[in-house]
Amino acid sequence: MSAVLTSEPRQTAGTGRLQARHVELSYVTGKQTTLALDGVSFEVADKEFAVIVGPSGCGKSSLLYLAAGLIDVTGGEIVVGGKPVDGPGLDRGMVFQAYTLFPWLTVAENIEFGPRRRGVPAKERREIVAHYLSEVGLVAFAQHYPKQLSGGMKQRVAIARALANDPQILLMDEPFGALDSQTRSVMQKLLLRVWEHTHKTVLFVTHDIDEAVLLGDRVHVMTARPGRMKETIDVPIPRPRSLEMVMDPEFIAIKRRILHLLQDEIDEDH
Amino acid sequence: MSSVVTEAAAPPPLRDAPVATRRRRSFASRALTPRAPVSRTVALIAGVSVWLVVLLVWSILTYGGVMPDIFLPTPSAVVMRTISVIQDGSIWPNIWASVQVILLGFFISSIVAVPLGMLMGTFRLVQSALEPIVNFIRYLPVTAFVPLFILWIGLGLSQRVAIIIFGTFFQQIVMIMDVVRTVPEDMLNASYTLGASRKDVLLHVLLPAARPGIIDTLRITMGWAWTYLVVAELVAASSGLGYMSMQAMRGFEVDVIFMAIGIIGLLGLITDSFFRLLRLRFAGWAQ
Repeated sequence: MSAVLTSEPRQTAGTGRLQARHVELSYVTGKQTTLALDGVSFEVADKEFAVIVGPSGCGKSSLLYLAAGLIDVTGGEIVVGGKPVDGPGLDRGMVFQAYTLFPWLTVAENIEFGPRRRGVPAKERREIVAHYLSEVGLVAFAQHYPKQLSGGMKQRVAIARALANDPQILLMDEPFGALDSQTRSVMQKLLLRVWEHTHKTVLFVTHDIDEAVLLGDRVHVMTARPGRMKETIDVPIPRPRSLEMVMDPEFIAIKRRILHLLQDEIDEDH
Repeated sequence: MSSVVTEAAAPPPLRDAPVATRRRRSFASRALTPRAPVSRTVALIAGVSVWLVVLLVWSILTYGGVMPDIFLPTPSAVVMRTISVIQDGSIWPNIWASVQVILLGFFISSIVAVPLGMLMGTFRLVQSALEPIVNFIRYLPVTAFVPLFILWIGLGLSQRVAIIIFGTFFQQIVMIMDVVRTVPEDMLNASYTLGASRKDVLLHVLLPAARPGIIDTLRITMGWAWTYLVVAELVAASSGLGYMSMQAMRGFEVDVIFMAIGIIGLLGLITDSFFRLLRLRFAGWAQ
């Protein structure tokens, strides 16, 4: 995915409310135009944990890149905190699927990257780093370099690094997709805990239905390419949630519904 | 009966997983296993033995009278010659002449190629503008330009420096451009979402990310620079290690040619170690 950057990052105050209005995205490759997103509309309330699921290639990751301002919509708009997204901004932090830590910086320096670019004084930066290191349980690894960390630890640093800027919204693009299932469970638990503490708006993309139901307040199900919003499902499972809840009948009922919705899409595709 | 039960209930003896590598195996079996590690001692003995074999063959050929010494000098003749040119000091101006040319040429080339390669790898417009011509020049043999440089610049030091620059510069910029282009796109995206400006991304992301690759490029092209140096000195020079060899050929002093080759190899080794240290110091995280 290539990022078209049209403007420098900007700082925005306001709430963490995100609205996608008739978002359209098309790629031009050679003479062919591919429609990736076709009139996607949905809304994420302030402090809500929203999850997007959809078959692979449905453009769910693109939707996050659009929300982050890393690529531009070709139609419609995404509004965050009352303002249309126009380039990346400090109000939106992002955690990527690929490991994007800076390998030449230590864990502490990686977390410090955002505040440092923002010109936060050194003393305050140290406090921010210490806070988020303990939040993700990596205090003992502050001086380690990324290559010395496991995959799960790397993503924990990536989450801490995004949070260190204190964004309104955390955008997460299949952040646990590359992890083994045990590490994945540990990370889900950690994210739930961190979210209870920070209570940011989260927009989380995944193709794992268990993950979607376990984490989300609402799950937005997308259609196969071109991506459209198929249905939005509320997850009224009480919080705090634990990994054992995946066995609850209510959990399984929601999971089954999403599974059926997705199954239709996959069947149509093949 | 009860003793059988307790025996069955006793845990089996614990073994660590890679039993195979723990077991004593014959030296030959280990040596023939693909990628099986060897001890430091074995590695050292193996490395030294090959040198000894080369020396031995050389000695047999020369002391044994197989090769006449006007084609192949004896090892002792080369050593004696080296000692004598060090003692009478005649070697130093030649070494200095070569080192001077290579340092000047390499430095001038690198100081322009590193930032230009960075810009080519960073901005598509700069890449589009420069890549076609650079790729054209890159494949032209440097030696073809020696007569031209002699015509333009003459026979002095600057002509040899020009050949080194011409030989390394165009390779360097393409290699450095590639180094910068391989920095993952999502690392840049992550930087932007963290509040980095475009200038920040260039100075605080692309530059440090490319540092190990840049040092590697310099190290590799330094090796090529030595080749171009000797080419330049063979053709037109009045001092230097290549010039020394050329003169020695005319006088059938094969021992001098051998000595010059040995010194070039040694100097190459020194510059290579320098770049290794540089990488360790400035890009230790990428080791």
